[in-house]
Amino acid sequence: MQAEAALGRAILWFAILLMSIIVAATAADHGFAVQAGIVALVALVLMMMSATRFDPVGRARGFFRMPEGASRYDDDVIRWGVIATMFWGIVGFLVGVFIAAQLAFPQLNFEPYLNFGRVRPLHTSAVIFAFGGNALIATSFYVVQRTCRAQLAFPALARFVFWGYQMFIVLAASGYLLGITQSKEYAEPEWYVDIWLTIVWIAYGAVFIGTLVRRHEPHIYVANWFYLAFIVTIAMLHVVNNLAVPVSFMGSRSYSAFAGVQDALTQWWYGHNAVGFFLTAGFLAMMYYFVPKQAERPVYSYRLSIIHFWSLIFLYIWAGPHHLHYTALPDWAQTLGMVFSVMLWMPSWGGMINGLMTLNGAWDKVRTDPIIRMMVMALAFYGMSTFEGPMLSIKSVNSLSHYTDWTIGHVHSGALGWNGMITFACVYYLVPRLWRRERMFSLRMINWHFWLATVGIVFYAASMWVAGITQGLMWREYGADGYLVNNFVDTVAALHPMYVMRAFGGLLYLSGGAIMAWNVWMTMAGRLRDEKPMRDAAYDPAADRPLPAEPAE
Amino acid sequence: MANSRIDPATGTETVGHEWDGIEELDTPMPRWWLWTFYLTIVFAIGYVIAYPAWPMVDRATKGVLNWSSRGDLARDMDAAEQARTGVHEALSRVPVERLPDDSALLAQAVAGGRAAFQVHCTQCHGSGGAGSQRLGYPNLNDDDWLWGGDLRAIEFTLVNGIRAPGHDDTRQSQMPPFEGVFDPVQMEALIDHVLALSGKAENNRQGAQIFADNCAACHGEAGGGSRALGAPRLNDAIWLRGSTREDIRRQILNPRMGVMPAWENRLDPATIRMLAAYVHSLGGGEDFIAKADDPAVEVDDRP
Repeated sequence: MQAEAALGRAILWFAILLMSIIVAATAADHGFAVQAGIVALVALVLMMMSATRFDPVGRARGFFRMPEGASRYDDDVIRWGVIATMFWGIVGFLVGVFIAAQLAFPQLNFEPYLNFGRVRPLHTSAVIFAFGGNALIATSFYVVQRTCRAQLAFPALARFVFWGYQMFIVLAASGYLLGITQSKEYAEPEWYVDIWLTIVWIAYGAVFIGTLVRRHEPHIYVANWFYLAFIVTIAMLHVVNNLAVPVSFMGSRSYSAFAGVQDALTQWWYGHNAVGFFLTAGFLAMMYYFVPKQAERPVYSYRLSIIHFWSLIFLYIWAGPHHLHYTALPDWAQTLGMVFSVMLWMPSWGGMINGLMTLNGAWDKVRTDPIIRMMVMALAFYGMSTFEGPMLSIKSVNSLSHYTDWTIGHVHSGALGWNGMITFACVYYLVPRLWRRERMFSLRMINWHFWLATVGIVFYAASMWVAGITQGLMWREYGADGYLVNNFVDTVAALHPMYVMRAFGGLLYLSGGAIMAWNVWMTMAGRLRDEKPMRDAAYDPAADRPLPAEPAE
Repeated sequence: MANSRIDPATGTETVGHEWDGIEELDTPMPRWWLWTFYLTIVFAIGYVIAYPAWPMVDRATKGVLNWSSRGDLARDMDAAEQARTGVHEALSRVPVERLPDDSALLAQAVAGGRAAFQVHCTQCHGSGGAGSQRLGYPNLNDDDWLWGGDLRAIEFTLVNGIRAPGHDDTRQSQMPPFEGVFDPVQMEALIDHVLALSGKAENNRQGAQIFADNCAACHGEAGGGSRALGAPRLNDAIWLRGSTREDIRRQILNPRMGVMPAWENRLDPATIRMLAAYVHSLGGGEDFIAKADDPAVEVDDRP
């Protein structure tokens, strides 16, 4: 039987290999041929492995020292997700530091593959979709099992989701460097990669919803509401914004189904809600599970969680037009984008309040527990950037801030502060439990990571605020005689020191990430650093299991 | 709720649910949070009444303030236009070479020209007007002028351009390519002579002869150049396209000649006049000397 199954798999991979080679040979453009070549290479490697019955995943599991034996929960794919999160995080931060350096020192643009235009989407996609996306998939599988007291619904499909998502990342990233883009921000991948992601995402939804259906708890926990909103809305946003007609089925190019200002509005409806439902709702879901677990405290307010969830979901989806203030977009749409963003302020803060106030009765842990410290800092940055967002959406503020580095500063205080910090905290929570270790290799190194990241964010955000306001004021500066004072190049020259500071902040953040990678690696290896102890949340492996109770082991 | 209990740390009752050890408190929503939320909703309602907001069948509600971004822009542009009218009218009344007589007007013209320069000219001449030797864009800060450096000459250049395609009055001239004309020894001798004109090399008799035969017609016996032809002056320290032997050889064999668009139909006359004033003010501006006071003397009235 096993041999037959292996043979069947080998034939499947061979068919895919053959098809990819045909596509590569008949492709309409160079980029598409290379992408088909990548698929062919993957199929070839998998075919040979199937044929020789070499199990690379099993080998790699040994390499990463994953625990042997059956788990009570289906944690294997989550372990892979944590490793992928770490890997893509480091890649994304590194590329970020590189493009920050490019902006300060344009000589670093290496044509054509490593120019800013190609590397920038590599950075944004690597941190949002590869780092953030893997963190979301991994934690959602972890959380949904624990809070439903059930195993993942479709184990094979869950594995397809993970590996299929990595394939999406590889195709998107290599496409950017080859110059393939549909030039929609945060939706740069072309039609064929979009279709692939749609398939993966539907599978993801099936696993998640299937697990919810199989739950042994009467109610669905709040974290799962947020995960579900994230999965469903991202599917809708992704499909609608990427509606396009390929020029050729053998080529990478396509035309958007929308044109002109409709295209712009669709794009920013997507773009803003990618922030809203990917980076806010999804990460709030992480917060709602891991903060009470690490603090060992009840969630602050059930009522607040209901009201802020529904108001957040309802209001966020309308706020996109604030990206298009003072453009060809009709005034009425700009107005609605602005007022919905202003109303979004408190619903966003509901999450921060519920997270921070969960520490009521455990505030001392901010001093003693480095993971709690990270979570608190993440929530503080979340609160700050969700105040800044509505403020920037007010038209008179936007007329100064729009198109300046202030926007970049705003995004990064949210991305580095909120998304990054909460993800780090979750990884530090997960790794010892997933690898069945007593604790992280070093809690003190978590503390180092915390400070490096915090100082890095301060450098980044502060320099971009100064840069953005400088830029905005210089652009609009009129002399007493009624003429514009500054040339665009003058503003670029004025911003140079800020750009250098920003790159330095990014470097600090990257070095924090490197410390984390080391710490995680040593924890996987089963090592414990000999150090003065710090507080960590208790963990009872016996209680970490699905219902109904398994027979005694 | 059946399983609810009082949380000892906060004294608040729990809701009674439990997931993987996580409970929820039944804390009421913070009042300040709720009231701020209501306040933003009230603001939003007020704002959509005041400003264009709700899409109707064929147009959106206009809002009681009757504000529109196009109207707002038009108002701003009108105001800016109004502010400039006085200067524009004054500029059109004064012959450009008389501009220095009215120092207040000149100052305004220079300021306006600076702004226009930043938009239209920096792409080639650089934000400080320093040009580029590598690309052959002249430096506008020095006192070396290809076609003339007084206000009238500068304005004429701006209006008509240099070698501007399809423009009859454009400044026109062409240097022939000397590819294949000289043998290598002659070539080196000629380069020596060109460098010698500004004291950068020893005199070279053979080079001088070649120069006199081939180059002096435009560039002058002593390399003084010709503004009528736009032939660069060769006997000063300023080089349009570089002063290395290689630069000079390339320019003799296969000369590259600058092109500047005619701005006549792109910018209004007042802006062109202001640009002339600004470029003139950069440092190398020359005084205008009236010619042809005696009508008996025939002159080219092109500046």
